Amino acid sequence: MSDLEEYRRRAREWLAANAPGHRAEATPDEDGVARAKAFMARMHDAGYSGITWPREYGGQGLTQAEDRAFAAEARDFTLPIYVFSIGLGMCGPTVLDMGTEEQKARWIRPLLRGEEIWCQLFSEPGAGSDVAGLQTRAERDGGEWVVHGQKVWTSVAQHADRGLLLTRTDPGVPKHKGLTMLVVDMRAPGVTVRPLRDMTGRAHFNEIFFDGVRIPDADRVGEVNGGWQVAVTTLLHERLSIAGGVGMSGQSENPVSFEALRSRADLGDPIVRDQLVELYIRSRALSLFNTRLSQETKAGIFPGARGSAAKLLLAELTLFQADLAASLAGPGSVAYREDGETGDGGDSAGDGGDAGRIAHALSLAPAMALGGGTNEIMRNIIGDRVLGLPPEPRVDKNVPFSELKVNSQGGGTRR
Amino acid sequence: MKLVLTSEQNDLRQAVRSFLSATLPPGRVREVMEAGDGYDRAAYDRMNGELGLSGLVVPEEYGGAGAGHAELAVVLEELGAALLPGPFLATTLATLVLLESGDAGAAKDHLPGIAEGRVRASFAPSSADGSWWGAPSVTAAEAGGGHVLDGVAPYVLNGADADLLVVPARLGGRTRLFVTTGGERAPLTTLDLTRRQARVEFAAAPARLVEGDGLARALDLASVAVAAEQLGVLRASLAAITEYAGIRVAFGRYIGSYQGVKHRLADMHCALEQAESVVRHAAWAAGEAPGELPAAAALAQAYTGRACFQVAKDHLLLYGGIGFTWEHDAHLYYKRAKSLEVLLGPPRAHRARLADLVL
Repeated sequence: MSDLEEYRRRAREWLAANAPGHRAEATPDEDGVARAKAFMARMHDAGYSGITWPREYGGQGLTQAEDRAFAAEARDFTLPIYVFSIGLGMCGPTVLDMGTEEQKARWIRPLLRGEEIWCQLFSEPGAGSDVAGLQTRAERDGGEWVVHGQKVWTSVAQHADRGLLLTRTDPGVPKHKGLTMLVVDMRAPGVTVRPLRDMTGRAHFNEIFFDGVRIPDADRVGEVNGGWQVAVTTLLHERLSIAGGVGMSGQSENPVSFEALRSRADLGDPIVRDQLVELYIRSRALSLFNTRLSQETKAGIFPGARGSAAKLLLAELTLFQADLAASLAGPGSVAYREDGETGDGGDSAGDGGDAGRIAHALSLAPAMALGGGTNEIMRNIIGDRVLGLPPEPRVDKNVPFSELKVNSQGGGTRR
Repeated sequence: MKLVLTSEQNDLRQAVRSFLSATLPPGRVREVMEAGDGYDRAAYDRMNGELGLSGLVVPEEYGGAGAGHAELAVVLEELGAALLPGPFLATTLATLVLLESGDAGAAKDHLPGIAEGRVRASFAPSSADGSWWGAPSVTAAEAGGGHVLDGVAPYVLNGADADLLVVPARLGGRTRLFVTTGGERAPLTTLDLTRRQARVEFAAAPARLVEGDGLARALDLASVAVAAEQLGVLRASLAAITEYAGIRVAFGRYIGSYQGVKHRLADMHCALEQAESVVRHAAWAAGEAPGELPAAAALAQAYTGRACFQVAKDHLLLYGGIGFTWEHDAHLYYKRAKSLEVLLGPPRAHRARLADLVL
């Protein structure tokens, strides 16, 4: 047995003995967070948190091979690490890339041990795809920054200890050149976290208000007005972590997957057969593309912006399969009793008494096409960086931020 | 599963690409497609001689290179991208059918000629709906110690000048394979000018019975081979229109800078990524995972056939009016793409086959 096989075997043993049986909660309660933190500490003690991260900051200093081996084994288990996914997938790697030695020593180990939960604070109501158009401002006051503004679409903020916060520090220069990245203590005075109810009816995200929040300059990541470079690093890690499925598990329970739909559809109906085959074709083509991308990465061919194609295809497939699942199931997919039984008392949606799951999948489906860059942004990235097409003319590149149209006000709101 | 080319396969791809760019410079396809046999016989002979392509998948014992299906796919992708006219695909598909039959005698008699590039062959299906999987309407009968064929194979790729036809025919209630040099060949008018077809009528045409029964696998392999060519057509169409979008100006901007154009091209790129993945998987399964081949091959046709035509169509449209002119090459890709999509039968047959396999 090779060292890697041995590593993998031991990882599986550990997972079998330690991974809890219950499903991961996307929005855990306080007890859930405490359990997740305890699990993360055990995972770190066992050497499976921060597998590729440097040893001096609490990582294991191993290679992608071990990381992939663990991830492959972990796919069969449901790990309660969702609340750490933003920190592990985006904030931590950004600090490793761009932080000072002192910051790495202070922040990385508690992150890897699950002692501190991180969130990411970039998007605003007026700055989504065009995140560099953000308006949350930070003003210098001696050795501190004073922050006013609002962020939105922030996962796990209600549990977070720290947030990676992108702010405007100079509105007098073009928008990308006046941004600074800070790390905010989420318990500091002036920070208000409110759950944001999304179209599923649940609160997966939060909106965060900053009202004179004071942040020491020692918690600035990167240069003053050099925040955009830091943000680009974070966004790159974000796309990689979506592709790599950091913190994601339990996909086999997807109620609108090909396997789930096949198991309850009328396979004698030729139209149903053709619809299911279309789903099979699209699912299989994308899964083979993802496999090819990971084989290329292993062979030393960096996929770069081509990951945006995989993300775009996944977004379209997600919408398509929820749509198809509802159409196949009929009325029972959109109307059901509160206890989860179908209205006719039987199993007309054929989903084993959990009739709300297709409706929920339908409500959740747009998220993949909007989060982490909309489909339109993905198409711009593919066009510009994969196909090398000429960029669109920009009206905002060389204009001071204070003179730009921002938000939906057409120039009305400036700070 | 192996979905990334090896360095040897990349070398092969490069060799074929270099050969084609030297022997089929821009404009040359047009010159040869409308004249004589519809292809450049001298270039075809060089391709078979210098690169040994005619013998690529023929086993070494019959004078070939004994290469695998992944290598064949690499070659066909390049030939498709170049819209190479001529009987290479037809001969290759017939070769796969002969090889998979397992009839050593037939292989020994016919494959060396094919490997040398002397013999051009083609498969002659004759089912009612044109599907290669359908029951043939051509019938065989015993005659004088051998067999004779009767009936019509209405669409035979490069059938007019094929030296050898591989013909499925009904004999005693079963479908059996035959080889023949006979049949009345009547050239057809084809949408795709770069690839000819013929109607072949058999009237007591003497034929040799091929022993064995590997037709189902051979048709899966043919599906993969055609998908590889489709991948090449798709890739070349996208590359051509991407280049044009970077030089053509309208309203003071390169057209590729407009999202109306850029986003369409991005979707076409997504199709390319998936098509390549599907084709590499099917070619890998052909060699390494025979159990996975039927579904992988049906997927290769169902996905790549559609994607190739969609991309070829959109590539033509994005040129604007110039794409509708006879002089521009866009219509050659469009017509090749549609001809390939229906080559093995109506595309619904691939979806139906896939449904039977995965549902």
